[in-house]
Amino acid sequence: MIKQAPLHFHRMKDMPSTHLLGTGTPMCAGCGGLETLHTLYDILGDKTVFVNAAGCMTLLSVYPFTPFRGGWLYTSMASAPAGAQGVRDAIDILLKKKKLSADENVEVVVITGDGAAYGMGLSATSAAMDRNLDFIYLCYDNEGYGNTGQQYSAATPHAAITSTSKGSHGYPGYKKDLFSIWAAHNPAYVATVIAAEPLDLAKKIEKLQSMSGPRMLISLAPCPTGWDYDPQLSVEIGRLAVQTGVWPLKEFIDGELRHTRVPKQRKPVEEYLQLQGRFRHLFEPKHDSAAIAEIQARIDDYWDRVVG
Amino acid sequence: MTRKLVTGNSAAAWGARLAGVDYIPAFPITPQTEIIEDLAAWIDRGEMDARLVTLESEHSMITAAGSAASSGVRAFTATSSQGLLYGMEMIYTVAGWRTPFVMVNVSRGLASPITLESDHNDIMAARDSGFLQIHCATCQEVADGVLLAYRLAEHPQVRVPAIVNLDGFYLSFTREPVDLADASKAQAFVGEYDPENLQFRGNSPLSQAMAVLGGGPYSYFRYQAHLALQQALAVYDEVADEFAEIFGRRYDMIDCYQLDDADYVFVMLGSFSTKARDAVDSLRAAGWKIGLMRPRLFRPLPQAKIRQLLQGRRAVAVIDQNISMGMGGVLHSELASTLYGINDAPLLASYIGGLGGRDISQQEFFAIADELRQASENGKSPPPRLLYTEDELTEMRKLQAIAQAEHAEIHHTRSSI
Repeated sequence: MIKQAPLHFHRMKDMPSTHLLGTGTPMCAGCGGLETLHTLYDILGDKTVFVNAAGCMTLLSVYPFTPFRGGWLYTSMASAPAGAQGVRDAIDILLKKKKLSADENVEVVVITGDGAAYGMGLSATSAAMDRNLDFIYLCYDNEGYGNTGQQYSAATPHAAITSTSKGSHGYPGYKKDLFSIWAAHNPAYVATVIAAEPLDLAKKIEKLQSMSGPRMLISLAPCPTGWDYDPQLSVEIGRLAVQTGVWPLKEFIDGELRHTRVPKQRKPVEEYLQLQGRFRHLFEPKHDSAAIAEIQARIDDYWDRVVG
Repeated sequence: MTRKLVTGNSAAAWGARLAGVDYIPAFPITPQTEIIEDLAAWIDRGEMDARLVTLESEHSMITAAGSAASSGVRAFTATSSQGLLYGMEMIYTVAGWRTPFVMVNVSRGLASPITLESDHNDIMAARDSGFLQIHCATCQEVADGVLLAYRLAEHPQVRVPAIVNLDGFYLSFTREPVDLADASKAQAFVGEYDPENLQFRGNSPLSQAMAVLGGGPYSYFRYQAHLALQQALAVYDEVADEFAEIFGRRYDMIDCYQLDDADYVFVMLGSFSTKARDAVDSLRAAGWKIGLMRPRLFRPLPQAKIRQLLQGRRAVAVIDQNISMGMGGVLHSELASTLYGINDAPLLASYIGGLGGRDISQQEFFAIADELRQASENGKSPPPRLLYTEDELTEMRKLQAIAQAEHAEIHHTRSSI
């Protein structure tokens, strides 16, 4: 077995220095979802079975190659949590019957995009939480159906241009609050994360490793192809998502909501928006102050309720 | 061995219990629900060592059955009708995983219109999925069929999931005396579940159900699955022989009744074939040389055996309890393609009946027999028939008259407000 990462993540040098996930995957350059997956895998180690829902990550394992050192099962778009249920139950049955040793136990991890997590897969996800399934769930949220060319999904933010919302005002709806929907189920753990804040991410993974039951992560996944920006900006855009307050880093345990990072001085949301082609219509040909102000007001409202 | 009076549903549950299943992902649907209720009760009472989990849909249920079987346990599940269709994406998917488990389908007509009663359009929708299909006509066959299905599905030369089909209401809720095998004998027959290479384990790399790029690898895996199903034909007799030796009951892949000297043949699937048996008895008493052929194994379809059994007969009536819209009976077209081009092929006639639980009367069987004789004399197959009587049409007209009167009344009330 490959050595696990150190148990405490205080500084960047505590982060695993080598990646478990193999290289040469067909993910796009600068994929924010893949960065989160790297950190998750490095910390969990190879005694894992990833149960995948249809999405970009489906292309990680294309016969005969896989970047995983442990297990991988592709299911369907809607039923990855049910696939995890079958694997978990089977392994528990075999452990109980002593047909497997404790050493052969695995952590079952669902990976799914926002298209499945916010929509088609929500029923199966909800039910897995009802059943208190002992699993980890990672939603890589790039705010649209990315694998098919970034059509809008229930995770798309207001005003974003997608390939099905190309009008002058972009997507008219508002991003669904999946975190609160999950938290209403009161599972063992719910958290938002982002790869651009690796220490926050690592601490949360470390925390959920000590728990059992449903452990739910939503990672904002900056997406160069879907959001229309240069791949080298992925980390910067990720950091700005946190610094502007667009993507609050938080967790929910035992009925308690806690923000793990409260930006003291939030940067204006413009700084985040203007780096992305999907929001370019807010700045060109003329500055749409009203639309930007509305987006800013919603962010301010959120944080006013958090910090009072 | 114990002889018990049990329903078809209970017989299915007994089959799963005797097969020593470890895991049962479940979801209720009429007329299947009694199967999972029986299993749940046995587990709760400690009479059965298995885990039953109710999923939130058949789509998830079939996923869990496949993923559990892929992780090294013997899985069982059951569904019906709309549930089978709701799970259809996963029916095709888990078959491609080449993961052996058994699912009982309790046949029920499909919406629309919605009904609870039986026909075979649900199971026909799974025809091309890569599941084996065993169709049962009696409660005894249901209990035994589940044991046979595990052996067949798990056979090293087959390794695909299997559906055991029984008719809703006609079998699901009908009590018949059933010989239940001794648990130890059943265990010896079915054996331990061998997951072969399908085992998720710590430290053991395994990728399953990966994507492929291009038609070459895709075709390879699809052809492999097709050939695996055809292999089931080769191993079926071996498994059925062993079953007969242990339990004294023989289940050929095709059930034949009074077929040896028959000039005319009824071909049917499932429990309605017992009605055809009665008709064969009456017709034989009246001097007819007529018999019944019932494929028990529908996937793979025993084509060579069917050719052998039907070659040289005068005329064959295929009575389908399903309807392929715009085409006709599914079994009829399968038989037509099976018999095409052989020497001494019989004339083939198509009848559709028994949809949504509709009875097929003895008079209808007699009328079909008459048509077969006429066809044989004319040397020409009759046009396909949709069985429906004058009386049924009269009743239907009454319902329509009520519906129209209701509609007129509502319309009148609205316009007078």
